[in-house]
Amino acid sequence: MRRARWDLKYSPYLYIAPFFVLFGIFGLYPMAKTAWMSLHDWDMIGEHTFIGFDNYTALFQDEYFWNATVNTLGMFVVATVPQLVLALFLANLLNRTTLRARTLFRMAIFVPNITSVAAVAIVFAMLFQRDFGVVNWLLGLVGVNPVDWDAQRWSSWTAIAFMVDWRWTGYNALILLAGMQAIPKDLYEAAALDGANQWRQFWRITLPMLTPTFMFVVVLSTIGGLQLFTEPLVFGNGNMRGGTQREFQTLAMYMYEKGINSLNTAGYGAAIAWALFLMIGIIAVVNFALVRRTVK
Amino acid sequence: MSVIRRRTRLIAVAAAAVTALGVAACGSDDSGTTAGGKPDKLVVETFGEFGYDELVKQYEKDTGIKVELRKTAQLNEYRPKIVRSLATGKGIADVVALEEGILNEFKTNPANWADLTPLVADHSTEYLPWKWELGKAGDGRLIGLPTDVGSLAVCYRSDLFAAANLPTNRDEVTALWPDWDAFIETGKKYRAATGKGMLDSVTTAASAITFQVGGDIFYDAEDNIVADKSQAVKQAWDTSLKMVDANITAKTATWSPEWSAGFKQGTFAATFCPSWMLGIVEGNSGPENKGKWDVAGVPGGAGNWGGSWLAVPERGQHKAEAAKLAEYLTNASSQVAAFKLKGPLPTNLEALKNPDFQAYTNPYFTDAPTGKIFGGSVEAIKPVRLGPKHQAVKEQAMEPALRAYEGGEATAAAAWEQFIKDAATQGAF
Repeated sequence: MRRARWDLKYSPYLYIAPFFVLFGIFGLYPMAKTAWMSLHDWDMIGEHTFIGFDNYTALFQDEYFWNATVNTLGMFVVATVPQLVLALFLANLLNRTTLRARTLFRMAIFVPNITSVAAVAIVFAMLFQRDFGVVNWLLGLVGVNPVDWDAQRWSSWTAIAFMVDWRWTGYNALILLAGMQAIPKDLYEAAALDGANQWRQFWRITLPMLTPTFMFVVVLSTIGGLQLFTEPLVFGNGNMRGGTQREFQTLAMYMYEKGINSLNTAGYGAAIAWALFLMIGIIAVVNFALVRRTVK
Repeated sequence: MSVIRRRTRLIAVAAAAVTALGVAACGSDDSGTTAGGKPDKLVVETFGEFGYDELVKQYEKDTGIKVELRKTAQLNEYRPKIVRSLATGKGIADVVALEEGILNEFKTNPANWADLTPLVADHSTEYLPWKWELGKAGDGRLIGLPTDVGSLAVCYRSDLFAAANLPTNRDEVTALWPDWDAFIETGKKYRAATGKGMLDSVTTAASAITFQVGGDIFYDAEDNIVADKSQAVKQAWDTSLKMVDANITAKTATWSPEWSAGFKQGTFAATFCPSWMLGIVEGNSGPENKGKWDVAGVPGGAGNWGGSWLAVPERGQHKAEAAKLAEYLTNASSQVAAFKLKGPLPTNLEALKNPDFQAYTNPYFTDAPTGKIFGGSVEAIKPVRLGPKHQAVKEQAMEPALRAYEGGEATAAAAWEQFIKDAATQGAF
């Protein structure tokens, strides 16, 4: 009897323990350690000196940090806006009852997402090569001079946006599709009876009813976009710098450059990691507030 | 051995990018010890190809100690591995190869490495003197025994030179460019005849010149950053700018896909070749271009690019035996054997005089006598003192700035300003 009570009291904790133990080891501990490191002048294989918030004050005056921030946000906008429009379009298309082989198409648009990100980035980096790239060859057919894709901001951002969108558009389209399927059919029927055409139905019914799902997709894209790393890295031939003049260096790349590549600035790298974490936190809160408002 | 076999760099980068976010599993530290303190096994950690495969078999036979060769293809993957093992003490090897670009960074914390002076016999007069000296850390301890050196030559495509009405014979080509101005003139002729850039990129020339001029490059003897006033940098910078203005380069950034493909496609006809670069040229050009490449002398005299040392980590369990193994791997006969197997150029004076080494010809490069070409220039190399973060300043400050100017993205003044600013942050240690 007594044992059963003990069991009742403690075994639930045991059941949920695996998550918390793993989270503690792989989530909480690295975060705490990173925070601790960010308060030090931390040499990976040498001295660790406590310096308080000096890393953070230095960060605020670091031109390259702000450059990476602008790049990250810029690439996020360049990649995400067309991506969401396209995803919405695809989802709407797949939602049509008249479409044949719907399941096949729904599966097909998801395939890019399960492809290895590194493989995608390597292939796209080859397509966007200056001398022997397919994209420049195609542009040449219509009389455009070859573009040195990684030499300017606009061109590198465009190329990277292509990689990101290729991989994530289908994923977002599926989430939006799920949202669309949850919209009651009778709304459309009623609208059709009142003489609203497909276009009008989309604007007046689908879009407003889809807002919560849409915001969810925006939040996911934001978090992913701010952590952009592999695509620009591979596009820039593996250099953490991201272009000769840091045209496409993201915050994650700058963090890696300072925290991992350069042994003696691990503390500074940790400070960048926390700055990035706070940035994502702020944006997530703003998003959350917006979602709550729109759902009401 | 040499900088970076980065032929398949993209793939490596991709793999690194993927593993970077995960937890990397370190090798287990399983070198057991038998009763007498003699180890069962020693681990040698190298990158690229050091040519030790046959040598360690002999060592195993002679000593009864097993040797495990751990190889990493590329330096950019290799360095983090070493850092990790030093920082955590996990999976640490008994003998570790350090390349010249990263050696100096590790020297700033010499306590990580065993002092080899009491562990091996005195070899201080047996190697190129400057090479030997560079194996010492600031506190005087000997942390590395010399393996190879890069030396410097020009690899050129004789078929493309013929098409541009330039001489093709390696002696005549060498005679084309006694100095850098003559090299630029040749490039102009090549451009006029073919419309293409002769040299792959301005950064390979800049690298060659800094090492030719020698002396202080980015740091002075007290490890202050002097990139803005060093003679080596100034000459390399000015000559590089002249090359860009004369439009003699193909603007293919070294190690980029354009560069790798350029070897096969004939985008450019010449690049600067340390001896370890020969393998990269061969790999990028493919078997179909065998006999089209040749090796000529470098304008402006001898220089060096790349080369390594063998070091013993202080936390290793068998430092005495490890030091003996490093000593064996770097002696004269081992260096000749390694050269024959994989090509790292000896630094041992006796090895450099070895007839087998001197008579070697490379079939891929039109039977160029690479043993003679590289071996002959090795002793003329000026001692170069690389600062703690030489590689970072070179790859992350100087080369990007030069490339920005080469690509027309920055003016000369803006590129210089970018270089000096980046040199200060990248060079800090």
